[in-house]
Amino acid sequence: MKPFTYERARTAPEAAAAAAGNPGARFIAGGTNLLDLMKLQIEAPSHLIDVNGLALDQVDPTPEGGLRIGALVRNTDLAANERVRRDYAVLSRALLAGASGQLRNRATTAGNLLQRTRCPYFYDAAQPCNKRQPGSGCSAIGGVTRQHAIVGTSAACIATHPSDMAVAMRVLDATVDTVRPDGQAHHIPIADFHRLPGDTPQIETALVPGELITSVTLPKPLGGLHVYRKVRDRASYAFALVSVAAVLQPDGSGRVALGGVAHKPWRVEAAEAALPQGAKAVTAQLLAGAKPSDDNAYKLQLAERTLAAVLVQAKQMGG
Amino acid sequence: MHCQQDLAISRRDLLIAGAASTASVVPAADAAAAPTPAPSPLASGVPMSKVSLQVNGQARTLELDNRTTLLDALREHLQLFGTKKGCDHGLCGACTVLVDGRRLNSCLTLAVMHDGAKVTTIEGLGTPERLHPLQAAFVKHDGYQCGYCTPGQICSAVGMLDEVKRGIPSHVSASLTERPLLSAEELRERMSGNICRCGAYSNIAEAITEVAQQQGGQA
Repeated sequence: MKPFTYERARTAPEAAAAAAGNPGARFIAGGTNLLDLMKLQIEAPSHLIDVNGLALDQVDPTPEGGLRIGALVRNTDLAANERVRRDYAVLSRALLAGASGQLRNRATTAGNLLQRTRCPYFYDAAQPCNKRQPGSGCSAIGGVTRQHAIVGTSAACIATHPSDMAVAMRVLDATVDTVRPDGQAHHIPIADFHRLPGDTPQIETALVPGELITSVTLPKPLGGLHVYRKVRDRASYAFALVSVAAVLQPDGSGRVALGGVAHKPWRVEAAEAALPQGAKAVTAQLLAGAKPSDDNAYKLQLAERTLAAVLVQAKQMGG
Repeated sequence: MHCQQDLAISRRDLLIAGAASTASVVPAADAAAAPTPAPSPLASGVPMSKVSLQVNGQARTLELDNRTTLLDALREHLQLFGTKKGCDHGLCGACTVLVDGRRLNSCLTLAVMHDGAKVTTIEGLGTPERLHPLQAAFVKHDGYQCGYCTPGQICSAVGMLDEVKRGIPSHVSASLTERPLLSAEELRERMSGNICRCGAYSNIAEAITEVAQQQGGQA
């Protein structure tokens, strides 16, 4: 790790202003991804702003009938929150499918959204990577790409966003609430929060320098049946090869988002109209324009079959 | 023996970027009001911070290089060698300790982030004369081979059983709203953050199951 100075932020606007005035500064909350990357010197901040002391650890009802989730609510606590379990079960299920018990106790809501979109080549500092060193090239393309993205990729990057929680947030149409260094509050729809790689894969979110997430807001409950199904190489504590978050209504309509296939949680609203026709019709639209490699073309079929299994599961849950 | 240990420690300390440590027993700090610690760079220019921890019931104050993980603070500065460094990246769980009663990976958090926190390590759970029920159960069921992952397994199990008691569901819980019971499947899912290279899993599961049954008639 490179040496860094350290401060504890007292208010969110102060934290944002401090970060904006110092290009080497990073916020730290749970730190489970940031410290991992700092040990490998993939991240090398010169200053850390500890936001754990900000009072952003509550889950509160909103006047609109939704939920405001503080940025510092730990993954364990969010998954176990009574209202989330009852009204947003897809979110509880996604959180519980991610990481390990120890990591979920520490990882925060905002930090989960802000974990780096990554691949094994990003972690291998001996190889070129456009995220680590913009313009150096992508070692994954032409390499071993079994785990990589199949849609929304670019010639610069084919990494996937590793979060399960973010896939559920996307299907629930969450909003990311922030404060900017000028003290102004901003509200970013989750659909616009994570970026596709394009020519600048090192820029992964819509946040401006110094912008701090204060909460994530869920709209009022959708009702319906909530399913999160994750397919991975082992039964627990592994990233998704493909995951499906779904909220399905008794009339056959619903919402679907995929994890493990793109640089961001993947949802195409127009594809959801095909839900009554079944999984094949939905995934044909959802993954139209996919550019898989020989290694990861299996994800096309896996996504379709996982969605088919989700639809069967929902039918069983619906009795 | 004592001398040897002292030598080993000072050699190690030399290796960590000249981060000399001072540990002393002082009254516990007020956790609620923790302002930014006054920066106190060493002559070498490495930024340091002062941090107060309640470790196994004892107040400890340390002057640490900001980079010091909680794991390294425990092992290298407080000489609590029970907590183990396996992967140092949150993958293996050997470094699991309890902070304010919750299990976490001490390798993936900085000591300076825990000013005022209560830390419990394997040394704080029991003693050779008075074993914690999980320590006794691991001995009885032979829940290890080399023993390297054992302190992390036991601290993790303490935190995990408390999570079950608090009604926190898991990935394999059939219902999100009913109280979870510690079935074999639940136990394995909830302990998946602790790896045992020797593969003593079946005995580890038996040891934890026995204590869970003693505690609440579960499983």
